[in-house]
Amino acid sequence: MTAPVIEAQAERTQQEIRRLRRRALLWLRYLVLIILALLFLFPIAWSFINSIKLPAEALAAPPTYLPSEISLDNYEELTTYGKIGIAQHVYNSTVVALITVLGSIVLSTLGGYGFARFSFPGKNVLFIMVLSTLMIPFQSILIPLFVMIVQVDLHDTLFGLALVYITFQLPFGIFLMRNSFLAVPHEIEESALLDGCGSLSILYRLMLRLVLPGIVTVAIYAFINSWNEFLAALIFMSDQDKFTLPVFLTTIRYGIWGDVNWGALQAGVIVSIIPSLGIFLALQRYYMDGLMGGAVKN
Amino acid sequence: MLLIKPAGFLNLSWEQRRKLTGLLFVTPTVAFVTVFFIIPLLMTIFMSFHDWPLFGERAFTGLENYQELSKDRQYLKSLDFTFRYTALVTPPIFILGFILASLVRRNIRYIGIFRTIFFLPVVIGLGVSSLLWVWMLDDRIGVFNKILLDLNLVPKAQLFLGRPNTAMNVIILSVVWKTVGFTMILLLAGLQAIPDELYESAEVDGAGYFRKLLYITLPLMRRFIALALILSVIGSVLSFDQFYIMTRGGPRNSTISIVFWIFNNSFTYFKMGYGAAMSIVLLGILVALTGLQLYVLRERE
Repeated sequence: MTAPVIEAQAERTQQEIRRLRRRALLWLRYLVLIILALLFLFPIAWSFINSIKLPAEALAAPPTYLPSEISLDNYEELTTYGKIGIAQHVYNSTVVALITVLGSIVLSTLGGYGFARFSFPGKNVLFIMVLSTLMIPFQSILIPLFVMIVQVDLHDTLFGLALVYITFQLPFGIFLMRNSFLAVPHEIEESALLDGCGSLSILYRLMLRLVLPGIVTVAIYAFINSWNEFLAALIFMSDQDKFTLPVFLTTIRYGIWGDVNWGALQAGVIVSIIPSLGIFLALQRYYMDGLMGGAVKN
Repeated sequence: MLLIKPAGFLNLSWEQRRKLTGLLFVTPTVAFVTVFFIIPLLMTIFMSFHDWPLFGERAFTGLENYQELSKDRQYLKSLDFTFRYTALVTPPIFILGFILASLVRRNIRYIGIFRTIFFLPVVIGLGVSSLLWVWMLDDRIGVFNKILLDLNLVPKAQLFLGRPNTAMNVIILSVVWKTVGFTMILLLAGLQAIPDELYESAEVDGAGYFRKLLYITLPLMRRFIALALILSVIGSVLSFDQFYIMTRGGPRNSTISIVFWIFNNSFTYFKMGYGAAMSIVLLGILVALTGLQLYVLRERE
């Protein structure tokens, strides 16, 4: 054999080795990914598995890995748990979340439109004021908020809590909606303006459809954040009938109703996880838009 | 032409109308932010100079609350605990977040599913995830003890949340699970912003994995790294749910964070003026951190 042939052959083997190596690395990557994915899913899966055990089995020490019998009794127990059962707390959380979503959408859209499309005296100052509240963690203003809400008799009301949540959502919402409006070309509005449309009808008839993705993002964050929020809900609600879902579940964990019923607690965990997971999975794209927009907000 | 003329003629009053309309559009928002953010902020400062019980007389006390802070041993302990917790929880979140981001970076098949799975816990509330973990960590019915015992890794069931050291570790574990997906997504955005050609030419020059990491990846995504770190630090400094739910501040008051101690003083003992003074200190810490964030992010432009 001549030298060039040997070299070509060596080259081919080299390529083959490289290809095999790349392939092995890819499979290794998948293996690691699958193991990690199982670890990440484990807590949720474990909670679900236990929620469908028989109540007695869910309390077994040590626990069983798999249910001997599938049962919805834990969920049924929740319906009468505590004083009023879980339905009331799901209702509370839902009402608070819906008011928060609605309020956040309306205020963010109006404000975002105003800041994006109009010029008026003091605009920059006002916009900076709104944005600067992003720097203030709500944890540091809870005391005066509580004093104020008590003063106007809105403590222990779902509406009062929703008002507080809307405020927490506003800086992010305004920022996002302003950017959405800024991305709409001016020409679209100008022709409508020349046709003699009023500002509100332009917003309503024309712009809303164009900024819909932004609105969906604001709505998702408003829902998930208010649905999950714990500290403010704990502070503003002292009447058990008004507890939101996370606060109610904490009363189970603290054994306020007698022994800690872990089976029912896990059923409750699943009930409270489902809405946020469902919304996230269905509207993931909008959620991620908000995450990137919000994270690089400054 | 004829149509545009009258509009031009009406320009002045039309412009003024536009201004008024714009102001009207932002009024509800500005009112909300003023009532629920600006006024409470000023009130926090005001309250911090008072003895302010929920009911009954309040009295101006000047700097007394702040002086009391320096003598409040639990407060100093909470500050210390919060910073220690932050220092311990941030590296694992960042390192695991970086590993996950590197693993899901390339658009190989099914990668979207993995990204979603790693991100899922972020969408679950911290309160609910704490309820889930406190049960998994239970010494009697918890699954971790069951697994450890079955594998003969421990001689007897462990009281994970019953000792300060292990309590810290397992809470960190639960928070890493809950929040690492967020860091992953931020770092993923940073990784994807680096052009592939850079790596290719480095490979031609014979650079290995660590050289590429050190000289290309890390420097080019430093503002994403900074952002991920700062947001994670801010979240940790403000943490409350996990301690309130998982350890109730125990054992022996060893896991009471700053927000937890503010909560106790303000809403259990109703020493609201004192709580306000602590809130101001917290606010100072947070404003400094956010200032740092703004500074780091500004650099890029």
